[in-house]
Amino acid sequence: MANGDRKLAAMQHGANGRAWQSDAGVPAGNGGIASTGRTSAGQEAGPASNEHPHDKAHHDLESMRLMGFWIFLMTDCILFGSLFATYIVLSGNTDGGPTGVGLFELNGVIASTFILLTSSFTSGLAVLSMNRGDRRGLIGWLAVTALLGASFIALEVTEFMHLVHEGATIGTSAFWSGFYTLVGTHGLHVSLGLVWMLALMIQLGRHGITPVTRRKVGVLSLYWHFLDVVWIFVFTFVYLLEVM
Amino acid sequence: MLDKIKDFASEFFVTGDPLIYGADVAIALTIIAVVSVLTYFKKWRWLWREWLTTVDHKRIGIMYVIASLLMLFRGGVDALLMRTQLAIPNNEFLSPEHYNAIFTTHGVIMILFMAMPLMFGLFNLVVPLQLGARDVAFPFLNALSFWLFFWGAMLFNMSFVIGGSPDAGWLSYPPLSELSHSPGVGQDFYIWGIQISGIGSLATGINFIVTILKMRAPGMKLMKMPMFCWSVLSSCLTIIMAFPILTVTLALLFLDRYLGAHFFTLDGGGNPMMYINLIWMWGHPEVYIVVLPAFGIFSEIVATFSRKRLFGYGSMVFALMCIAVLSFTTWAHHFFTMGSGADVNAFFALTTMLIAIPTGVKVFNWLFTMYRGRITFKTPMLWTMGFIPCFVVGGMTGVMLSVAPADFQFHNSYFLIAHFHQVLIGGVAFGYFAGLYYWWPKVFGFKLNERLGRWAFWLWNIGFYVCFMPQYALGLMGMTRRVNTYGWDTGWWELNFVSTIGGFLMGIGFLFQVWQILHSIKFMERDTTGDPWGGRTLEWSIPSPAPHYNFATTPVVNSADAWWEEKLRREREAASAGKREWLEAQDWRANAELTPQAPNLDATRPSQDPGAGATQASMSDAPPAPQAPLPGLPLEPIHMPRNSGIPFVMSLCWFTAGFGFVFDWLWIAIPGLAGVAACMLVHSFRYKTDYYIPVDEIRRTEAAAGRVV
Repeated sequence: MANGDRKLAAMQHGANGRAWQSDAGVPAGNGGIASTGRTSAGQEAGPASNEHPHDKAHHDLESMRLMGFWIFLMTDCILFGSLFATYIVLSGNTDGGPTGVGLFELNGVIASTFILLTSSFTSGLAVLSMNRGDRRGLIGWLAVTALLGASFIALEVTEFMHLVHEGATIGTSAFWSGFYTLVGTHGLHVSLGLVWMLALMIQLGRHGITPVTRRKVGVLSLYWHFLDVVWIFVFTFVYLLEVM
Repeated sequence: MLDKIKDFASEFFVTGDPLIYGADVAIALTIIAVVSVLTYFKKWRWLWREWLTTVDHKRIGIMYVIASLLMLFRGGVDALLMRTQLAIPNNEFLSPEHYNAIFTTHGVIMILFMAMPLMFGLFNLVVPLQLGARDVAFPFLNALSFWLFFWGAMLFNMSFVIGGSPDAGWLSYPPLSELSHSPGVGQDFYIWGIQISGIGSLATGINFIVTILKMRAPGMKLMKMPMFCWSVLSSCLTIIMAFPILTVTLALLFLDRYLGAHFFTLDGGGNPMMYINLIWMWGHPEVYIVVLPAFGIFSEIVATFSRKRLFGYGSMVFALMCIAVLSFTTWAHHFFTMGSGADVNAFFALTTMLIAIPTGVKVFNWLFTMYRGRITFKTPMLWTMGFIPCFVVGGMTGVMLSVAPADFQFHNSYFLIAHFHQVLIGGVAFGYFAGLYYWWPKVFGFKLNERLGRWAFWLWNIGFYVCFMPQYALGLMGMTRRVNTYGWDTGWWELNFVSTIGGFLMGIGFLFQVWQILHSIKFMERDTTGDPWGGRTLEWSIPSPAPHYNFATTPVVNSADAWWEEKLRREREAASAGKREWLEAQDWRANAELTPQAPNLDATRPSQDPGAGATQASMSDAPPAPQAPLPGLPLEPIHMPRNSGIPFVMSLCWFTAGFGFVFDWLWIAIPGLAGVAACMLVHSFRYKTDYYIPVDEIRRTEAAAGRVV
């Protein structure tokens, strides 16, 4: 019995050390390496029979979270689908007021499209850095992505201000209601993504690349690519179709 | 200054109706009573630690059930007020405005704040146990879903005493729900109450899909999963497809009212019919969302109480999935009269009729499961037996309504009212009651009194027919829905009066259920076996109530009725070893005819009834023989999620923000939203979200429940 208890205590200690090691705050410089070391240690080191299940539990948890996020993206897809449908149904209802053809300035929109596409690319580079275990590169590319995202939002706000100045507000007609809601919802998503990205950069600085932060980066980059795809539809259905 | 405050108060609080003042007093007294009881018994810390911050699916499930039963009470009182008003012609019991508010809140509460949470409660209480899982996939999100529902429901219910109730019908069709026609705050309460709880519903849908797809016990292939889990999966798939549409629809209505947008307005190019399309693209799937799990519950109960394997497992799965898909193709049958033309109406009429086919398949499956089974008429089975004829009639009148030309006559008449109450009470309410009775011993560790349960069942069942059969006739006689009164010359009053009697019979049935619960708590019949009904699925293999980690060792499964097969296997082993005493000690089959001398177990048909009539003896007071769990993986420390107060606080912040938007007080709304953001960030930065239960604690807990691991 006593023997069993000792074993148990050792195991608990192992569990604590392992699962919560990332919270101890590893030094910034070798954080990435230290944490990769952690995962591999979990697979190889020590009395494997005791420690393996814990890492497996964490692994399962992270893969479940990733799957949950995919499903969330599906629901978000339907959300945007409903907004697109609404916009298309109402697109002719300008109520004798200003139309999109008259007010859209395609140059700015094309610029912001390229900015967002580029940011999708840089978020991909961030993930590549993460896979190499390069924390500095990861945070750096995330910062570039966030800057590009912020300039996209700045351009969008400028565009909205311009439109309002020209007399097209959300209350002008059903067409403009649909326009502001669809484009604005996308912009809101991007803005939330920016806050999320900042929070994640701080967490990466603190914890390094761990299974948890790895999943978080993966999920965020999924989200970012998704917003990019949605924007391509916005660009096509809202701007291109209207102007053509 | 004083006058200003007076003015404000008379605007802010609902005034003028003695019924409301009575309710005000009742609410105030209840709050004072709850607060003083908690303070007197020093239970605040307990409340916070054990309930408000819990992420345990079983506790969350219990909170869902309690909240939904309270909502059932409020929705039921609304219904009885309406029936009282309609009992005799030219009645002046309720003013027309008050009547409008009451039918609106009755509908919203019954569907969104009673049926949905009761359904989520049963998901939470049962699904992880049936899967052999420790918890749901995302316990934190699960708690968040509950609190979002709770605070959303509170926001909606507050409209009753503060600001004024919504009164534009349960789906709030514009232009009536627009600012031009409903300038009060009632509609805003409607929008925010539903929006906040709707986010929670969406999250629950995601949560349970991942739970079911990723957390089944080893060996449990999808086609070996208990039927209730299948029904939950189909319901959740429908949720994730339908609820985003509701979110958008309500958001657009909010923009119309708040920012003066023109989505559904009569001017500015808006299109009110678009709202009606959108809301029913959510609304029709929504009724399937609530009824599909009820089908799963009936499937479990029929198999258990017929002591037979469920007939047609594969066809049942196929039917559930068919309904989930088809539910998205029928929405326009709610407004055949909109004028979309014959082609559109023909399409939606056909798809609607098509749904009758998988539904019929299910009914036959249940009937064939009962055929030649050894049926015991315990309360869960009674509700199931009551459900089948009721739902068949409700379904048939649904097919009548789906015939588009005929629908021009039935549309918005009491015929429709009778139809949907028949499928929603006969299908959903009966189903969830059946589920509550069935799983009650597993959740609370004691069984509900059968005699009072039978009283409740018969009152509900008879009351139902007395209430709603006359309404079919009234509909055909021309009585339209939502009329607050009628004249003597209409010839409607006799049938209306009968209908009111039926409504009150159901009300008495509800009182019997409350009495039944209180009585059963007082004269507690403990379930010491963990398997009081002779169950078939994994949840019955563990003690009642389940320990907080659910399964001491992860079970390994290789058939659809895993626990039933395991009991049979043990019996065969004991029979071949000649252990007569061991067999007799097995409570779950104490009265079975089977003896070691006559092993009539047919190995080729193992699920054809061992141990009928086991249930009486299983409630005996004698301590049970130590019971072994299902064979499974070796015992090891269990990985568990940590409690968190963030879901509660974050939902409270949503509530605050919603309240601010309702009254257009940005000084409340903005801090509320900031609180939501802060909670999300705090959670994101929290890395200590789990812990391990050591092996010896598991051993002690299991030993206390009379188990060996």
